[in-house]
Order: sequence, then C-alpha cells, then structure tokens
Amino acid sequence: MTQYLLSVHGPADEPAYASEEEMRQAFADTAKFNDKLRESGAWVFAGGLQPIDQATTVDGTGDRPIVTDGPYVESKEVLGGFWIIEAPDLDAALKWAAEGSKACRGKVEVRPFQSV
Amino acid sequence: MNDSATAIERIFREEYGRVVASLVRRFGDIDVAEDAASEALLVALEKWPVDGTPPNPGAWLTTTAGNKAIDRIRRERLRDAKHQAAEMIHDDTPHEPTGIVEDDRLRLIFTCCHPALALEARVALTLRLLGGLTVPEIAQAFLVAETTMAQRITRAKAKIKGANIPFKVPDAEDLAERLSGVMAVLYLVFNEGYLASSGESAVRAELTGEAIRLTRVLRSLLPDEPEVAGLLALMLLSEARRPSREANGELVTLAEQDRGGWDKELIAEGHELVRECLRRNRPGRYQILAAINAVHTSAPTAADTDWAQIATLYGQIAAIDPSPIVELNRAVAIAELDGPEVALAIVDRLPLTTYHAWHATRADLLRRLGRSTEARDAYDAAIAATENAAERAYLSRRRGTLAG
Repeated sequence: MTQYLLSVHGPADEPAYASEEEMRQAFADTAKFNDKLRESGAWVFAGGLQPIDQATTVDGTGDRPIVTDGPYVESKEVLGGFWIIEAPDLDAALKWAAEGSKACRGKVEVRPFQSV
Repeated sequence: MNDSATAIERIFREEYGRVVASLVRRFGDIDVAEDAASEALLVALEKWPVDGTPPNPGAWLTTTAGNKAIDRIRRERLRDAKHQAAEMIHDDTPHEPTGIVEDDRLRLIFTCCHPALALEARVALTLRLLGGLTVPEIAQAFLVAETTMAQRITRAKAKIKGANIPFKVPDAEDLAERLSGVMAVLYLVFNEGYLASSGESAVRAELTGEAIRLTRVLRSLLPDEPEVAGLLALMLLSEARRPSREANGELVTLAEQDRGGWDKELIAEGHELVRECLRRNRPGRYQILAAINAVHTSAPTAADTDWAQIATLYGQIAAIDPSPIVELNRAVAIAELDGPEVALAIVDRLPLTTYHAWHATRADLLRRLGRSTEARDAYDAAIAATENAAERAYLSRRRGTLAG
C-alpha cells in the first residue's frame, strides 16, 4: 500500500463556486465522498483550508524564527484542501482523485508519500 | 565485434522484453530486472560460444538473470522486505512463448504506457524495456542528447517506483482507454520512423520495424481486439510503400509511386488483417485508416483508385473522431471525385494554417485550378512549414513547374 496526497488547487482571488447553491452541493458531495473513503478503508486524513489570506509563514532556519503574514509563495493558484489516502497502487489513487475532483469541483494533484 | 557476439546480442534484444517483463513481475523492480538481464547477457557472451546456444535461449536468459537478481539482492541486502520476498519467491514458472510469461509483457507495456507518465517517457520506456533498444539508440532515434534520454528514462522509472504505478493489465472498465494509449505510443514510434527524412540515421528508419514487432506482440497478446489488428494492418500497408516514397532525396507522392516497388507480402498480410476486421464489424479509427490504405494498395494504378470508397471511409473516421486533419484528407479524395474547386472550398474552411500538409494540399488544388500566383504562395508557405528535406525538395520542384 502507498499513501498519496490528493491536493485540491484553485484560483486565489476568485470564488471557487459559481453560486451559493453550487457551493452547498459541492460540500454535500464532498462529505459523501469522504464517507465513502472512510468505509473503504482508504481514508487517512482530509480537510479543507481557510482562505490563503489567513496563512502565516515562519522561517525557523536562522537564529530566531521570523514570522510573516501571508503565504510562502504568492501565487494565483492556491491549495484549498486535501486528502491523504492509502491505496494499493497509482491506478486506485487516480480513481479516488477523479471522484474527489468531481465532488469538490476542483482539480486534484496526486502525489505519493515517501515510503517509511 | 565477432559474428557469434553479434548473433547473441540479436537474440538478447529479441528476448529482452520477455526476460525483463518476467523479472519485473517476480522482483517488482525495473532496475533490478534490467541489471540482471544485462548480467545474463555477459554470461551468455562468455558461455554460448563455448557450450553452444541453448535450445531455448529466452528461458536460459530468464533463469540466469533471475539467479543474478537473487544473488544481487542477497549481496546488497537492498531492503529487508525485498530480501525476504526474493527468498520466498521460488519461481517455477516455465518459460514458454505463450501463457503467463506473455502476460508479463502485456502488464509491462501497460506500465510503460501509463497516462501518468509524459508521452515522450512512455515512448522511450516502451522501446527500452519491451523493444530492448539501448539508451544511445533511442536517443539517436529521437534526435536528443544521450544524457537527456537517460534522464528521461531514469525519471520515469523513479516515478513508477515512487508513485507505485502498477504492473498489471488494467481493469475491464479502463482497458479500452488504456489500450488506445498503448496503441498511440506504438503508432507514434512507427511514424517517427516512417516520416524520418532522407540522410538521417538508419536507426530512425528502424523504428518502423520496431513498432511493427511490438504491435505484433500486442496482437498476439490481445488477438480479439480489432483495433490492434487494424493498427498492425495500417503499419504493414504503410511500411509496404515506404521504399517507394522517396527517390533521389525527393518525396514521391502516392500517385507517382512505382507500385511495382511495393512489398507484396506486407500488402497481402495487411489486406488479410483488414478483411478480418471487416468480419468482426467493430470498426475503429485504426481499422478504418487501414481500410483506406487497403483501398490504395488494391489499385493497380493510381487512376484505378476507388476515391468514393476513400471519401466514405474518411467520413466514417470523422464521425468517430471529428478532426480538421481527417477533413483535409477527405478533401483530397473529394478533389478526385468532384473536382479541385469543391475540395478547395472544404480545405479553405479548415483551421490548419500552421500545418504544412494543409498548405501543400491547397497549393496542389490551386495549381490544378490554374491559379498560379496563389499556388506559388501556398507552396512557399508549405515549404516554410516543413523540416523534412525530401518533402521540401518535392514542393520546390512542384513550385518550379508553375506558369508565369
């Protein structure tokens, strides 16, 4: 089994959903998808993130940590949420990603974790 | 290199895909499989000239490579899990040209052509692992630096390992789509060789042979897939005409080719495959393209070509896969049926202004309509849009025949 990060990326400065109704439906579909992940045993962790303007960056590589308001990299596309799943192979992970993408209305990047 | 070494290397290349696929299944690691196969070649080069070539060289290579892989895993104690796995797996699978071992190659080709890999990496991996071509050979064939090609292959193998791209035949629901991905890779390899211009390396031209060989393997593994038969037929019927496509460094169009120079055996085999496809009656893109090539290769002279049939067949492709390139080809048939003016009206509507064949087709139609000035501009645009030396030579000559 391999663990995969399924991350959802979207535009930083425009609303992710066409309407309030669309947003509610996406949330409902995502909740349903999450239940399916749990039931199948593929679920490890998942969560949606607050908007990027609530991010804080910390640089602890020097003598004292430096704290800055805002994201590490200014970008038009930001991480909106993610799943961590466990799957037998990439094909299985891609299937979950396709389903998750449909549910949350966002493009999903699939990336394997290093094996421990 | 002496003759026996050359003969051994030829057998090795012929058996390479089978040996590596079997080792990948057994050890779950492409690098282990490739290294072991190379070591087995060294042993063969040492032993076969003395002991004679074994009756089943593929089985000998697989067994020897398997032992080498186990030796290496024990020696290096790569990882505990892998070590234990190698200890546990005592592989009794007999090496036979059919059955489980063939399935290994099918698994491996689906791995090599996985959509999660970049297209160029799929092509390179397929030629490396199933075709047994060396990295320098593949680099030369695709006109890239050897280090670039080596990196491309290394990165693809790292992704297969890291992302856990499986060694398996896709599930039934995904098979059709994934198979079309495999066929696209094989057809791309074929076209790289087929469209290679004159004066370029012979390795490039050999890609057509390699693509045909791998497509034959695919057909033997999936005998009931009509599109695979169609793809093989398409390749054979194109390959049959390849030697006639060029003379004195200049492209020779289908109409002007010496049909006596076409390979009759390849044509007979291609026609038989097309008939098989027709009997199955599950048409697809490659089968229809093969049928179009069958119509061309059935005509004793260019004037005997059944253009109505060809226009109909392009219309069928357009129904499956509407594309302006298909429409351009249909227009060429329409020109023969309804005249160049009707065809030109179709061609002018197509959004293909960066495509050299669009300009070349327009140029030819304008020439036939006596619109010399416009034809000359179109020839210029076509010449500017192609890198192929033989095609440029042909277009330049045609341009030179224009009046005024």
